[in-house]
Amino acid sequence: MGNITLSAVTKTFGDVNVIPPLDLQINDGEFVVFVGPSGCGKSTLLRLIAGLEDISSGKITIDGRDATDAAPAERRLAMVFQSYALYPHMSVRKNIAFPLKMAKMSQAEQDKKVENAARILNLTNYLDRRPGQLSGGQRQRVAIGRAIVREPAAFLFDEPLSNLDAALRVTMRQEISELHQSLKTTMIYVTHDQVEAMTMADKIVVLNAGNIEQVGSPLELYHKPRNLFVAGFIGSPKMNFITGAEAAKHGCTTLGVRPEHVEVGHGDWEGVIGLAEHLGSDTFLKVQVAGIGDLTVRVPGERGLHHGQTVRLHAPADKLYRFDASGMAM
Amino acid sequence: MATEHSRTAARLMVSPAVILLFLWMIVPLGMTIYFSFLRYNLLMPGMESWTGFDNYYYFLVQPAFGAALLNTLLLVGGVLLITVIGGILLALLLDQPFKGQGIVRVMVIAPFFVMPTVSALVWKNMFMNPVNGMFAHIAKTFGFQPFDFLSHAPLASIIVIVAWSWLPFATLILLTALQSLDREQMEAAEMDGASWLNRFIYLTLPHLTRSITVVVLIQTIFLLSVFAEILVTTNGGPGTASTNLPYLVYQQSLLNYDVGGGSAGGIIAVILANIVAFFLMRMIGKNLES
Repeated sequence: MGNITLSAVTKTFGDVNVIPPLDLQINDGEFVVFVGPSGCGKSTLLRLIAGLEDISSGKITIDGRDATDAAPAERRLAMVFQSYALYPHMSVRKNIAFPLKMAKMSQAEQDKKVENAARILNLTNYLDRRPGQLSGGQRQRVAIGRAIVREPAAFLFDEPLSNLDAALRVTMRQEISELHQSLKTTMIYVTHDQVEAMTMADKIVVLNAGNIEQVGSPLELYHKPRNLFVAGFIGSPKMNFITGAEAAKHGCTTLGVRPEHVEVGHGDWEGVIGLAEHLGSDTFLKVQVAGIGDLTVRVPGERGLHHGQTVRLHAPADKLYRFDASGMAM
Repeated sequence: MATEHSRTAARLMVSPAVILLFLWMIVPLGMTIYFSFLRYNLLMPGMESWTGFDNYYYFLVQPAFGAALLNTLLLVGGVLLITVIGGILLALLLDQPFKGQGIVRVMVIAPFFVMPTVSALVWKNMFMNPVNGMFAHIAKTFGFQPFDFLSHAPLASIIVIVAWSWLPFATLILLTALQSLDREQMEAAEMDGASWLNRFIYLTLPHLTRSITVVVLIQTIFLLSVFAEILVTTNGGPGTASTNLPYLVYQQSLLNYDVGGGSAGGIIAVILANIVAFFLMRMIGKNLES
C-alpha cells in the first residue's frame, strides 16, 4: 500500500510562501518524479511528505489515514538523502539494521532482513566495512538498503544521483528502476535532471516556484506541454521559442518548435550556422535566422555541416506548438 | 624539490628553533634531577652534599605524599567529570536556535579568561565565605546554618572552582563538534524511528568521542598542575585535605626550604604524570585515529 494524497498543502518560511496551496494524488505502486529548476520547492515538498517539515496548512493522507501531524517515523516512509546520510561510525550491516533495531526487532530477524537486502543490492561482501571505505555507488546502495529493510509504504528519493559521476548515474538509474519493478512499491523521486525524470517516471510532476505546472506521463508532457514552462523544461536540447511576426503568422504569441523536428536543407527560413556541436550520433546546430533569431537544430548523424554555412530550415506544421499571451498552450 | 641538498639546508634552518626548545626543556629538567640527589637546604647555602636517593626516599615515605597523590587524582577526575558532562549538556543547550545566541556564547566563554588566582579569590570571598558569601546569605535566607565550604569540604570546593573555569573550554570544543554533525544524518535517524535519546546515544555521542578525547587529554595536562587555586584558598589545608602533588612540592622546597626534597618530588610528579598519560593514551588515544 502506498497511496499519498496532498490536499491544499501550503508551506511558508517566515514571510516567504514556498508552496502555495497544492493538491496531488499519488497512487499505490507509482514511480512519481518531482522535477523542476533548483529552488522550485521540490525538495521542500518531499520533506513535507516525509514529515521532516511541518506543513503550514492543508492535509496529508497516507493510505487513507490522516498523517498531517504524524511524526516522520509513524508515516512508514523511507527516505534516501542526497548525501546518503549514512552513519559514519557504524558498519554497513549496522547501518542497514538501524531502523530494525529502533523498531526493537529480534536479532535473528534483523540478520535475515539485512542479508536479504544485501543480496538484492550486491553488498554482501561489504557488510563489515564502514561507509568511509565504500565508493559513491556502494554508499548509495547502502542508503537504499537501509530504506528497503523497513518495507515502507513508499520510498522518497531526494536527488540521490547528483553526487555520482555520469557513467555511474546511468547504472544507478537503471538499478533504481529495476528495484521499482521488483518491489512494486510507491516511489517519489526528486530531481532537477529532466533526463532522469523522463527515463524513470510513470508520472512526472513539473514544479515551478512551488506551483504544479503539469502532471502527466513523460510522453504526455513531451507531446502536449500545457504551457511555456513545461515545453521549455521537458526535452533536450530545449524547445525553440519564436515570438513576433513569425508567431503572429500562426495566430499565436509564442511559437514553439523542438530542435529534433526542424528539417534542414529546404524550407522558407534561411540562416547561418553559428555553432555546430558534433556528437557523432547527432549534430546540434545553432542557426541565426534573420527575423526570427537563434534556432537550435538537431540533425541525426553527421551531415558535414559546419560553422558559417548558410542553410534552409523547415518546421513541419504538425510539429509546431502554439502558445497564447499568458503562455498557455493553444 | 626535496633533493639531498635542500633537505640538509632545511635541517640547518630549523635547527636553531629545535635546539632552543630542547635546551628550554632539558636544562631545567637536568638541574632538577641534579638537585634531587643533593642535600640542598636554603637555610644552609653552600653546604650542598651528595645524598644519593635519600631525598626520594623521604619524599615518598612522608604521610602527606599518599594524601597528595590521592587528592591530585580526585581533583583531575572530579573536574574532568564535571566539565565533560556539563560541557555536553551546555553545548546541546547552546546548539539550539534562540535569540541572542551570539552574546550568550561570548558570555559562556568568559570564565576561561579569568585568571585562576582571581577566580579562586572571588569564589573564596564572594561565594564561599561563611559570613559574607552569597551561599551563606542564601542559606540564612532559608534558615539554614551557613556552610564553611573551604574548611569542611576543601577539596570538593576547589574542584568546583577549577571546574567552573574549565567548563567553557569543554563547552566550546564540544559545541563546535556538535555544529559539524550532519543534519541529514539526524533526519535519516528520525525517519528510521530513533527517539531523541536514541539519536543522542547512536549518533551524537559517537560523533563527539574525538572532541571528548581532546578535552580530556588537554585538561588532564593542566589539571595535574593546579596550584594557584589551592594557594589562595586553603593553602593545602586543613592538614593535607586539599594538598596535591604540585602544592606538596612547593611546600617541601619553599616552605621547608628543602630544595633537594622538592626537586625529588618534582621528578616523582613528572614520572607519575607520564604514567597517567600512558594509561590515558592507551584508553582513549585510539579515538584520535581517523
